[in-house]
Amino acid sequence: MDNVIEAHDIRKVYKMGEVEVQALGGVSFTIQRGEVLSIMGPSGSGKSTLMNTLGCLDRPTSGEYILDGEPVASLNDDQLASVRNRKVGFVFQSFNLLSRQTAITNVELPLRYSGTNDGRRDRAMNALRAVGLEDRMTHRPYELSGGQQQRVAIARAIVNNPAIIMADEPTGNLDSKVGKEIMNLLLNLNRESGTTLIIVTHDPMIAEQTQRVIRLRDGLLDGAA
Amino acid sequence: MTLGQAFLEALESLSGNKLRSGLTVLGIVIGVAAVIAMLAVGKGAEQSITGSISGIGTNLLFVFRGDPANDIRNPKPLTLGDADALRDQFAAPSIEAVAPALQGSGTVSFGGEQSTPDILGVTPDYFQVRNYKITEGEYITEEHMLGRASVALLGPEVAETLFGHSDGVTGETIRIEGQPFRVIGVLESKGGGAFGSEDNQVLIPFTTAQARLIRRSTSDRVDIIFVQAVSGDVVDQASDEITSILRTRHRSPVGADDFTIFTQQDLLSTFQSITGILTVFLGGIAGISLLVGGIGIMNIMLVSVTERTREIGLRKALGARRRDILTQFLTESSLLSLIGGVIGIIFGWLIAFAVGKIAEANNTAFTPVVGLDAVTLATLFSAAVGLFFGIYPANRAAGLEPVEALRYE
Repeated sequence: MDNVIEAHDIRKVYKMGEVEVQALGGVSFTIQRGEVLSIMGPSGSGKSTLMNTLGCLDRPTSGEYILDGEPVASLNDDQLASVRNRKVGFVFQSFNLLSRQTAITNVELPLRYSGTNDGRRDRAMNALRAVGLEDRMTHRPYELSGGQQQRVAIARAIVNNPAIIMADEPTGNLDSKVGKEIMNLLLNLNRESGTTLIIVTHDPMIAEQTQRVIRLRDGLLDGAA
Repeated sequence: MTLGQAFLEALESLSGNKLRSGLTVLGIVIGVAAVIAMLAVGKGAEQSITGSISGIGTNLLFVFRGDPANDIRNPKPLTLGDADALRDQFAAPSIEAVAPALQGSGTVSFGGEQSTPDILGVTPDYFQVRNYKITEGEYITEEHMLGRASVALLGPEVAETLFGHSDGVTGETIRIEGQPFRVIGVLESKGGGAFGSEDNQVLIPFTTAQARLIRRSTSDRVDIIFVQAVSGDVVDQASDEITSILRTRHRSPVGADDFTIFTQQDLLSTFQSITGILTVFLGGIAGISLLVGGIGIMNIMLVSVTERTREIGLRKALGARRRDILTQFLTESSLLSLIGGVIGIIFGWLIAFAVGKIAEANNTAFTPVVGLDAVTLATLFSAAVGLFFGIYPANRAAGLEPVEALRYE
């Protein structure tokens, strides 16, 4: 099986005024295509930094990171934006939908930025169908429940057929029953389409459902990688 | 993202906060309306002055004694002889017609009514030179001149004062300074111009004025000579010819002229430069309000960028490039100013229209003119204001780090 992510000695240093804070102190691991894994760790462990780096929202200070065959550590802002658009689907804890836009328009958003005009609506509709919201297409976020909003967000994440889905506490704002549904949906999508799923969480129940857990402590991998 | 999508999205986002967008647009509306109205008023003033100057004659030159700019010692008076000399086809080929005149004022009465208009002693050429038309009766002719006839042409205002109406008065006998004069006609109204009302005057034959009404120390003296050039192109040549003839006749081969020539063009350019300054001044003041409107746009866009930091972060996470965010916010600010510009143009036009109506109600010959140039200028300027004042906020939005922006509460 091929590796969708190869991270080699990734370090990230933040400058807080005069003081330099090391958020990641040399992290190396690989993730195989189609894998489901979770990243765990207490707050301040570098969990968010690692997620931002893997999701191409931020560049590591040093180290090598290859996402789906593309070395991204040295790309500029616009190139990173393009990689995010094509290869990464984000699911956030607080959904982050555009509140004035309909569900389908929200799902279309990544396609707009990739310049896809042909069949945009169809692809967005298929994505919404895949998350079971085909009857809520023209609803706006405030007309939807929390679970439905997160489904829209998941549809938005998969609409561009990304290589990985980065989910940051995807069930954090939902009650346990709906949270379970969302987890099942994510796992089903992984089984059906083989998209790599990375879940950042501090909930052991969630981590249990993944094939592998990456634990971070003080910016370093904790235990088996 | 295409421009059309950006446009629709901007429209959607602006309509999401209608009151705020409306107030921001209002700033631009006031600015653009002020510019349009002021330019229209300036242009209207220019046209009305240009019109009244053109109305005083065609290719006209005025010659009068002395020089208001220089203190000339003992300037020779202008005489009928001077006027005759200017008629010389060989010495003055650029001159079409010459009309000497005597100017004075006096009491004119009919029945119990009286008035004190300007009284001009004129020759038959005067009507051609000054573009005067009559609404009834006849012009002053050579026969009147030869006979020193006691006849008078009334300006419409004088006729109105004396008779209460300005038609059907030909044949009546009025008194000028107590002497009886027969009315032979009424002049066409020229309206109020830059030189006071030209309707409030009485024209009588030159010889009659000379002999009986407007006495001068020497009998052949004239107060002013109106000269008409053959065409507009030779006005300057005509002026040179007059200078050379009069200098010879006045025996002043050296030194300054003891007379002054003023052309219609001089008058026109003087007044045009005055109205030009007026227009620039008014437009400048109006432009300041447009600038204030632009600052309003910038202010609201900065607030909007701060408010929507998370949205910007999200868009970037989903793959929006710097350019996409820049386009989005620039489109919004341009749209604000463009809407303001369009409403402002309509509003400014209405103001100009209202000013015209007010002027009309006050019997002032003044129509503000909304020119295509003013509209174009205002449109371009307001769009430029939107772009210029949108650039800083848009740049700020585009430069946000996605990680920071997503974390923003």
